[in-house]
Amino acid sequence: MIVAVAALAAKAPVIPGSDAYGKTSKCVKDNGTFCWDWVRDRWSGTVGPALVQHIQLAVVAVVIGFAISFVLALLAYRARWLVPPVTFLSSLLYTVPSLAAFYILVPITGINDFTVEIALVSYTLLILFTNTLAGLTGASGDVRDAARGLGMTPTQSLWRVELPLAVPTIVAGLRVAVVTIISLVTVAGLIVPDGLGAVIYTEGLKKNNFNTALIVGGVLCIVLALAADALLAGLQRLITPWAAARRSR
Amino acid sequence: MPVDTGKTAAPLEFRNVTKRYEGTDAAAIKDLSFVVPAGEVCVLVGPSGCGKTTAMRLVNRMIDMTGGEILIDGKSISGRSPADLRREIGYVIQHVGLFPHLNVANNIGTVPRLLGWDRKRIASRSAELLELVGLPAEMGKRYPSQLSGGQRQRVGVARALAADPPLMLMDEPFGAIDPINRDRLQNEFLRLQREIKKTVVFVTHDIDEGIKMGDRIAILREGGELVQYDTPDAILANPADEFVARFVGADRGLKRLALTNLEQVDLDEVTCVREGETISPGTWVDNDIVVVVDGERKPIGEMTRDVSSDSAVTLGSARPVGASIPITASLRDALSLMMTESIRPLLVLDGEGRVAGWVSIDQINKAVRQVPNESAAIDAAGIDLDK
Amino acid sequence: MSNDFVAGFHFVFDRWGDVLQQKTLEHLAISGEAVAISILIGVPLGCLLGHLHRFSFIAINTSNLARALPTLAVLSILLPYTGIGDTTAIIALVILAAPPILTNSYVAVDQVDADTIDAAKGIGLRAWQVLLRVELPLALPLIFAGIRTAAVFVVATATLKGFFGGGGLGDVISNPASFKISGIIGASYVLIVMSVLAQLLFLGIEYLVTPVGLRRRRLSSPLRRGGVRPATEVGDDALATSQLEQAQLKQAQLEQGSITR
Repeated sequence: MIVAVAALAAKAPVIPGSDAYGKTSKCVKDNGTFCWDWVRDRWSGTVGPALVQHIQLAVVAVVIGFAISFVLALLAYRARWLVPPVTFLSSLLYTVPSLAAFYILVPITGINDFTVEIALVSYTLLILFTNTLAGLTGASGDVRDAARGLGMTPTQSLWRVELPLAVPTIVAGLRVAVVTIISLVTVAGLIVPDGLGAVIYTEGLKKNNFNTALIVGGVLCIVLALAADALLAGLQRLITPWAAARRSR
Repeated sequence: MPVDTGKTAAPLEFRNVTKRYEGTDAAAIKDLSFVVPAGEVCVLVGPSGCGKTTAMRLVNRMIDMTGGEILIDGKSISGRSPADLRREIGYVIQHVGLFPHLNVANNIGTVPRLLGWDRKRIASRSAELLELVGLPAEMGKRYPSQLSGGQRQRVGVARALAADPPLMLMDEPFGAIDPINRDRLQNEFLRLQREIKKTVVFVTHDIDEGIKMGDRIAILREGGELVQYDTPDAILANPADEFVARFVGADRGLKRLALTNLEQVDLDEVTCVREGETISPGTWVDNDIVVVVDGERKPIGEMTRDVSSDSAVTLGSARPVGASIPITASLRDALSLMMTESIRPLLVLDGEGRVAGWVSIDQINKAVRQVPNESAAIDAAGIDLDK
Repeated sequence: MSNDFVAGFHFVFDRWGDVLQQKTLEHLAISGEAVAISILIGVPLGCLLGHLHRFSFIAINTSNLARALPTLAVLSILLPYTGIGDTTAIIALVILAAPPILTNSYVAVDQVDADTIDAAKGIGLRAWQVLLRVELPLALPLIFAGIRTAAVFVVATATLKGFFGGGGLGDVISNPASFKISGIIGASYVLIVMSVLAQLLFLGIEYLVTPVGLRRRRLSSPLRRGGVRPATEVGDDALATSQLEQAQLKQAQLEQGSITR
């Protein structure tokens, strides 16, 4: 615990101008609106790695969150009594503000990426569980009746009919989850020194609101969220040509 | 052939079948027994809540019966795994239930794929079936959302036929289609059925559709009780009770007329003359009109009995032909035309437009009075239900 | 370890008077201001567009776009231009809160049964009477659902203000040097309680504004409403078959809106 507090204390604002890094241009010294030279100098050492960390943190959270939600949704699809408790728990987790969630985990798991991932995964559960389940139950009664009537076993019907038909709804949920998580990773940067949030915090806010770092961190964050969203939307069109056929009608 | 009957059609027998849903006292199906001979269309018809769909769904074990036995080709379905059983029974439902994520060819190939056919065989079977139901081969690549209602229904029938099942179940298959297209699909299915000769259980709430589609009709009453099981003609001629009479409607006489077409009737002979032939007062036989025909016996005019001496026929002395009707038309259509043409004999033409005979109100009267020749359908099937 | 959680409770009770009360009030003030501005922008605009049944692309897609704008990023980008202070925070929070309110209001009015409106016109109501007497009453529950979503987001996100110039519970959470881990956890407790209360408050309002005839159906599953309905790709009717289902799916997506807390 002492370590945790010490680590938090270490994040207290530092004295402006105590930049430990080398080259300092006039723009950086005067905190101009935007200093390209800072971005150039710090890309490979600070900004680039932060971007990669950001993506890693988000991908790990969504992959784990999806795996858990998918299994829960498959179980709940067969055993409907599971739906209310799972929804209730995930709603509860979802309502907890992320900063509060991060800090409440700190005494248990410490200040590290593990803590961040636990909180992030807990945020994906509601969205991904609800959407996967809605997708599975979304196939029309006629389609399900036909699948059964043509001689599919429940398992065959699930994998050949319900699940493929659920893809658009599942991907819609993934898109929301991914964008949400990319946002929350930024917030996590206020606590752990990883991701674009850390660039904003450590290089911007703590350095007397250094404009360039704030803008670079913010813009990259938005670009990343938009790109991830577009990527998933494109992926969905690729794997569900039938949905596109329906759209174009 | 994937089906273990090895036949294109198999007889179906309901033997004292009962279905009672849990928590209810009244039976949904009560002691239902009937036989559908192989290759015939049996229509289950009745008001809503009569259990006709339930009865149909018992056959492929979508619903399990409480008591009794159902036999397909003499073998009980009770011991069968439901999934295996269903793969051997074609299944078509009102809203078709095509799989939206599969294209038409893959929809049709569903059951063959479950049965483990190889890709090539599935593809050629899909193409064959598309042709059979009258859809162009390119349609195989379309998705269900790109088809019209009628096209979807055809694909649904093709999908049901994919593994060449000896038995088909059809639950109000044309119920969601507009009247004009429904009529067309019904005719197409009748044509198809003449070709494939499957045993079909066809559920509908529309007695007219039942009369049109069925070789036999089973009329059910609420509570799943079989009231009458016979050919359409016999049911219309002799309704078993008040319920059936009301269900088939007060116009059952007319409906019966619709079942018979002019080919099945003894038409009156037509006196035909060629242009230039000599006619005498004795030329007129049964009625007052002679028909002037060309070299192929196609009518070009008619003349009334107004010749008092022998004379040569000239077109100038003839007038255009009055009402005529094709020989494929029903007696009901003939009667209707007589009404609009103020009751006089109609000239009946064969498929090539040649003179076939006269039809008058007398033939229609005779047809109505005729006792149906296929009454007692269950006896006709030659199966003893009491054993 | 568990001592920290207990210490958090102690902090709440010991420091309520001199720190937390004031910070909580600040937090509520900034949140309230942001939500109020968002309502003033979102509700009239959304209702108007919904009444006209036009510009659905704009109304729906602002929500989609806003979802991809993390509030922290927005704050960072704004800071160099608008400086430290309430203005920056309010702009960022309105960007967060207005889209779900706008989109919900649009969908709420847009989805009112066409036959009902036809009947209203048929008995002689004017356009504004149709909007005020028919569309709005029927749309209110969904409008408030949007406001609820927005309010819960804002309460959670207003914490960031502590890192950007100060004010609200974020002051405590961003200052471990002064308040220690117990202070941070104590403030987190208050924040969680506020979020849950905001959720319940607006659920209550939603219930009250739901026409009595629709209550049982709409609120038959408070958990589901309190939680989230499945998201869907708006504009793509994915699997929704009926119009009602589509509207529900759209609403679900709206409720998930942009979460940037």
